[in-house]
Order: sequence, then structure tokens, then C-alpha cells
Amino acid sequence: MNQDRARPWLLSAPALVLFLVMLVTPLVMTAVLSFNSFDFYGGIKPTFGLENYADVLGDSYFYEIFGRTFLIALVTTLICALVGTPQAYFLLRMRPLWRSVMILVVLGPLLISVVVRTLGWAILLGNNGVINDALKNLALIDRPIKMMYTSGGIVLALVHVMIPFMILAVWAALQRQDPATEKAAESLGARPATVFRRIVLPQAMPGILSGSLIVFSLSASAFATPAILGGRRVKVVSTTVYDEFLNTLNWPLGAAIAIILLVSVLAIMVAWNRLVEKRFAGVFE
Amino acid sequence: MAILELRDLTKRFGATTAVDHFTLSVEKGEFVSLLGPSGCGKTTTLQMIAGFETPSGGSILLNGRDLRSVPARQRGLGIVFQTYALFPHMTVEENVGFGLEMRKVPGDERRRRIAAALDLVHLSHLSGRYPRQMSGGQRQRVALARALVIEPELLLLDEPLSNLDAKLREEMQLELRRIQQEAGVTTLLVTHDQSEAMALSDRIAVMQGGRLIQEASPFEAYDRPTNAFVSTFLGKSNAIDAHLEETRDDGAVLRCGDIRLAGPPSPARPGPVLISLRPERIELCDAAAAHVSGRVGERIFLGDQWLFKVETSLGELLVVRPNSGRREPEPGETVHLSWRTEHLRILAAEPAA
Repeated sequence: MNQDRARPWLLSAPALVLFLVMLVTPLVMTAVLSFNSFDFYGGIKPTFGLENYADVLGDSYFYEIFGRTFLIALVTTLICALVGTPQAYFLLRMRPLWRSVMILVVLGPLLISVVVRTLGWAILLGNNGVINDALKNLALIDRPIKMMYTSGGIVLALVHVMIPFMILAVWAALQRQDPATEKAAESLGARPATVFRRIVLPQAMPGILSGSLIVFSLSASAFATPAILGGRRVKVVSTTVYDEFLNTLNWPLGAAIAIILLVSVLAIMVAWNRLVEKRFAGVFE
Repeated sequence: MAILELRDLTKRFGATTAVDHFTLSVEKGEFVSLLGPSGCGKTTTLQMIAGFETPSGGSILLNGRDLRSVPARQRGLGIVFQTYALFPHMTVEENVGFGLEMRKVPGDERRRRIAAALDLVHLSHLSGRYPRQMSGGQRQRVALARALVIEPELLLLDEPLSNLDAKLREEMQLELRRIQQEAGVTTLLVTHDQSEAMALSDRIAVMQGGRLIQEASPFEAYDRPTNAFVSTFLGKSNAIDAHLEETRDDGAVLRCGDIRLAGPPSPARPGPVLISLRPERIELCDAAAAHVSGRVGERIFLGDQWLFKVETSLGELLVVRPNSGRREPEPGETVHLSWRTEHLRILAAEPAA
């Protein structure tokens, strides 16, 4: 009896230990660190105060960075939803053989390191990159279009990184729908576009919303892509945190920014979830 | 006049022929069932009528108009799907109104027709519910209302009751028949359930291997099956191998092993035949009057009936007797069986497989 009760705990012990050591501990330490103080001559002092938070929240420089980060994440999410939803629907309608090939194509990018992929984007987007060279050679432009070190370039690369998550989420939702509902709508006189808009899309909505949640939170905290494509000029929150830790060496301030990012992303996720649950209560399981 | 006419309808998938020169016509107001085991082509036939599959050959005429080049959305058929296929994100009212909305029926008339359709299926009080909040039987009714509200020339029902439990299924059979008659809509039902087909239809088309085997009223199909498949698929039947010795105007002479039996007049030619005898037409009698005697092997109580398996020299015979409270033979007892000659059906012998 006693043994039976202990067994689930024993079996999950490795995961729990990993979770505690690798996630909870550094998180708590970061939180503690964010209350400490720092000066350039004495380094980090184990005091307790809110001045780091006051610094961040009182400085328009940081507002700009947070604003840019969330805007990039929002636009990335919107594009992912717009591109990923039809793609998931086409995947669903494909013949099994083609479907497995296309799923591999969709998921393929996930097998390649984000850094490698982003460097690929840098090669494409640079002032002397593939795209600008091609346009110049075609005599469509005289001067290169600036794409590196812009928010637009970051969004473009992030969409590429994030879209598999959106497609998988929408795909899962579409698989739960009864394919006969499309036939039913058709038999009642609906055109293909109407069937998609009125029948397929609403049923894919839970998937689009959960996919948005994943894409938004991952984009808001993405590091490698904005670091490589944004550089020093287009800073987002995660690259700012990195700079505070490794260049300015002001760890407490970096920790405070990290905690603010974590809390605001969490708040947005919870609010979003509430909204979705309220809107679709009673309609979907 | 025939509302629906299928002429030599054929559908091939690669090397297999799902529907093979199927011809059938359905009259206005009629309730016709396509009955057959799974894989007999009945669902493919329905899909072709609905416009979801393209025929490989033959034609489908609705009110005399060839449907070949008419897309599914313009055929104006009411369809009830096996899974009901209700739109989960719409209320009952919105589900039923969808077809009217597509037809751009103005708001006032739309509301009136939705109300009338929900009234017909007795669901007026649930118009604001979502499908998920309803029972299987209620969803079934919504699907029916949604199909009927567009006033289709033809209602197609694809195994509509197969997802319901046994008790509810019986209730819905009666309900379906009432609704069909009240709406006066021509209906084609696809089913593998023989009792459903018999209870609901004016006419049954039995299909096997993509072909039409028999087309008759339920009573006729049950009582006068034209082949062994129909006799065993519709209800229970004893199939006895026999040899037809001679036929005369007043009857036939059959031989099963050493036993000679009298049969009804038959157009069959002398030679090997199959005799079909319904279990409920066999009676218990005295030894003197018996056609055959045997020993009760198994006795199964079915509530309203007793089912006996009797080992006789004709083989094992099923005998069904109503439970009327009398003493019934025990297993191991010897019983004497008789039947009226006209209840024997002489069918062509199944070709050796």
C-alpha cells in the first residue's frame, strides 16, 4: 500500500529533480538577484530594494525596447496565423503520401539550429546579400534595400522559425473536426470559399489561438534571431538582458528586465487564455 | 413520376468495381432503402447522388434533369450524415438556418421556416443550444431539421441511426417515419440494418457486390426472397440444400438426402436447389404429422421469443416460438416439426464458391 503510493513519486523523481535544479533554482536566484544593487566600483551588493525595477519602469529607453519586442512578437504571430492556417488545411486535404512529404518540409527547419538558419537569412538580407544583388543585377533598384538590422528583417526570420508551431497547432485542431461538416455545408449550398470561412476556420480557431500563444511567447523571448539580424541597433528585451549581463556587467538590472519580461509574457498568456476560454465556452471541449 | 432515376450507374476505384450497373427509380413521396452489408456499394451510390463522387458510368436524373455536371452545392438535396455533421460552433438555430442563409432567404421567412422545421422534429425548446450540449437523438433531429428546412426534392439518409443505442434507435425509427410522412419528402435511406429498412421503407433495394439483387416491398422481400443472400440477410432463415425432382402445376417434389418433401409450385428447373424456410413458420406437432423429427440441441430465451436449434436429418434447423407462457421443450428432448408447404421457398442453389 505504502509502496504503491510512493511509486508515482519515485517514477517522476528524475524529472522533478531536473525541473527543480535546472529551472526553479536559476529562476529563484534571478528573482533574488533582481532585488540586489550594483555599482561600477563595488560590483553586486546583497541588498534588497526595488531600485532596479524603478530604473527600468522609469526610463523611456526600456519602454521603447519592450514596445518593439511585443510589436515584433505580435506581427510575427499574425503572419504565422495568416500563412499557417491555410497551409495546415491544405496538409489535411492532401493524399497521405504527399502529406508525409510536406510535413517533413514543414518540420524540416526545426531540425536545423536557429543560429544556422538565421545566418542564412543574414546572407539573404544583407546589403550585399543575395536578394539585393539579384535586384541590382536585374536593374530594379540602384541602392540596396535595407533589410538587415531592421525590425522587418527580424519578423521575417522569426516567422520562418515559428511557423511549424502554428501549423502543428492548427493541424491538430483540424484533425478533430468531422470532415462531413464540410460536405454538409456544401450540400446546403455553400461555395468552397464560404465553406472555408464559415465552417473550417471557426473549427480551426482553438488551434489558431493556442498556436498564437506559443508563437507569441517564443517570439517575445527569442534571442538568436534578433541578436544576429538586429545587432546592436535594433535591440529587443532578450538582447538587452544579454548586454546588461555580459557588457555592462550590471547583473541585477539584467535580472530585473528578465523578470519583467517573464511576468508580462505570462500575464499576456493568461489573459489571452481567459479570453479564448470565455469566447469558446460550450462550443468546444 | 420518378423523382430520382439511376440508370446503369457504375463506379470503379482502380481495378475494383464498387457499383456495377445499378438501376433504380424512386417515385415522388416514396421512402426507399438501399440495404446491404458493408462494402456492397450502397454508400458510394449515395455519394454519387449527393455529388461527392463522380460516376464512372451511367447517369443520375433528378426530376428528369441529368446531374452529371451539377456540383453538389447546386443539387439542392437534403442530406443527413452518419455522424450528423452538425456545425459545432453554431447553435441549433444557426445550424438549421445555414442552408436558408446560403439561399439568401430573407430574415423573416428564414426565422419562420427554422421555427417550423424545429417544430416538426420537436426541438423548438432547444433552439439556442450548441450541438455538444445535446444527446445523440437530439443531434439526429437537428440534422434532420437542417436537411428538411431547405425543402429538398430528395432527402438522403446515410445510416442515420447507426450511432444511437438500441432503444433510442427504435424510437427514432418511428419518429423518422412520422417526420418523413409529415414533410411528404421523397427519401432514400442507406443502411445495413435490415430491421431499420423494413420498418421504414415503402420499398427495399437489396445490394450485394455493387449490384441490385432484389427490389421489393419489405413484406415481399422478406416473404419471397429471390435468392439465398436476400433470404439470410433479411431476418433469420434456414437454408437447406436439396434436389428438385419434378415440378407440377400444383407443387414440386424435393429430395434432401433420404427425405422427400413437398414444395410449392416453382419455376425452377429440376436439379440442385436451395430451400429457404423461416424459423417462425416451423411448428411443433405429433410424430404422425411431422415432416421431420429431431433433438433440441440448444434453447435460447429472447424475452418475447424462444429460439431452438434442432438437430434433424435435414441439418440443424432454427425454430422460433413466441413466449406465451407454455412449457417449451428442454434441450435433449425429441421434437417433431412440420410446416405448411407454401412456406417453403425454392431458390437457385448458390454456385459453389
